[in-house]
Amino acid sequence: MTDTMTPLERTLTALGQKEPDRVPLFLLTTMHGARELNMSIREYFSKGENVVKGQVALQKKYTSDCFYAFFYASAEIEAWGGEVIYRDDGPPNAGAPIIRSLQQIVSIEVPEVSSCNNLEKITSCLRGLARESACRIPVIGVVMSPFSVPVMQMGFEAYLDLIYNEPENFWILMRKNQQFCTEWANVQIEAGANAICYFDPVSSPTCIPPELYRKTGYIVAKETIAGIKGPTATHLASGRTLAIIDDLATTGTVIVGASALEDIGRVKQACNKRLSVLGNLNGIAMRQWTPAEAERVVRETVQKAGPGGGFILSDNHGEIPWQVPDSVITAISDAVKKYGTYPLDG
Amino acid sequence: MGDTGSSGQGTGGRAGPSPVLGEMEKALLSVDRVKAGKIVTDSCIPGSPFTCLETLIVPALEDVGRRWETGEVALSQVYMSGRICEEIVDTMLPAGDPHRVDQPKMAIAVLEDHHTLGKRIVLSVLRAGGFEVIDYGHGLSVDQLVEKVTRDDVKILLISTLMLPAALRAKEAIARIKTAQPQTKVIIGGAPFNFDPRLWNEVGADAVGHTASDALELVKQMAEGIR
Repeated sequence: MTDTMTPLERTLTALGQKEPDRVPLFLLTTMHGARELNMSIREYFSKGENVVKGQVALQKKYTSDCFYAFFYASAEIEAWGGEVIYRDDGPPNAGAPIIRSLQQIVSIEVPEVSSCNNLEKITSCLRGLARESACRIPVIGVVMSPFSVPVMQMGFEAYLDLIYNEPENFWILMRKNQQFCTEWANVQIEAGANAICYFDPVSSPTCIPPELYRKTGYIVAKETIAGIKGPTATHLASGRTLAIIDDLATTGTVIVGASALEDIGRVKQACNKRLSVLGNLNGIAMRQWTPAEAERVVRETVQKAGPGGGFILSDNHGEIPWQVPDSVITAISDAVKKYGTYPLDG
Repeated sequence: MGDTGSSGQGTGGRAGPSPVLGEMEKALLSVDRVKAGKIVTDSCIPGSPFTCLETLIVPALEDVGRRWETGEVALSQVYMSGRICEEIVDTMLPAGDPHRVDQPKMAIAVLEDHHTLGKRIVLSVLRAGGFEVIDYGHGLSVDQLVEKVTRDDVKILLISTLMLPAALRAKEAIARIKTAQPQTKVIIGGAPFNFDPRLWNEVGADAVGHTASDALELVKQMAEGIR
């Protein structure tokens, strides 16, 4: 149960498809930092320095193996001129769609990352976390994929209508989003992110059929990831993955986030060392777990996906809900040390 | 992910699809409006819209919904299938048709957040099933929802949520609605309920729909019980 590697060494060893000292744990807590600093969620996310302090406190408390510089998904929509709606008990949401007509797809201008004040707090956070890490703890940056961000830009229904009925305008929007996404990812890497989490839920077979993905989200991902100057982890944010694992493995990404809807052992097997697997603790159900239940689920998950490395224990969505109690997160952290130390018990 | 709803009450088994039903499903899943329309024209008796709904359109949508729940089809296909069927049914059974209003008053809303796809899918499927549903829109507060439901004396309310905090807020909304109108039935749905099978009971709903077709089946059962 004694850790002999730094979190960065542990993570890199696992990603190299080898067994480190124990299974890496990426506890993707975001809003919980506000609780640590006794702030409202809105105040917490107003400054990069708050999130640095929050992430450092959370990492120490739960001995997570990463710093997670994710604020909230709608931060990118702010950059595009949209509104963010805060609440006291959950992540800030995107407000009304900013693209309400096909003409706006043509006319909307791609924001320059350097001129977006709301993104500066995130890059400032990354710089702070990189300093705190001192090359010991992986720092994770986040982008919304060009293919998935239109759900916030224009609403899901209008976006599905665009994908199915307006291919020309769809690709105009993709080109604009790719330009923004690539620049934003690279700014985060320059600021100190060791890897970028590429959130792409719309690509999941839960959202669109694999054959449509291959003509759309797959092409977008492959082109975009090629332009990102660092490793990426593709997260389908609770969406299923199995039907497109072979495709994901050729997009250039190195990690796939697995859904709680799928058996993580099957996902690991399908990845076949081409991708590492991140997941797949059920973040929604976690709210009601007892510490004993958390321990049991961690043990089962580690037994299925841990052997041979290539696995990072995490939640299945990329953001642990505000309502998940401290006792459960602590139980998860304790359980990964108890059951995730290599060599694993049969 | 996924926005819609299964049933606390269960929806029952079904024999394998007939060839026409299989063709209809295939047309819907490939988003082929023309073919779906032709199948309806060729196989339904003119002037008997409800027979067509009950033997072809509703079963096709139910199967599509079930296949989404098992991961065989995608949310986009459920959405487009609902839209296509809604368009077809609108030509056979226009909004305001007397057949549609012979039903308990029902309404649908997205509580607190602005993710409307689940509501839109359920609305399409219910309309394609011949029901008239009041659309309260999205981003409603608990106060706004309670006020609308009691003002309109809604008998069946469908609540859609995507984010967990909104799903939890449904508890207060349902409790207040039940206090004001104990006879109102509430069906809840949305991603949080698909990831936590205990949640619908915790918030006090009468039933949960994991797919839009679940919602349709539940509405049919509840409407029969209320009439």
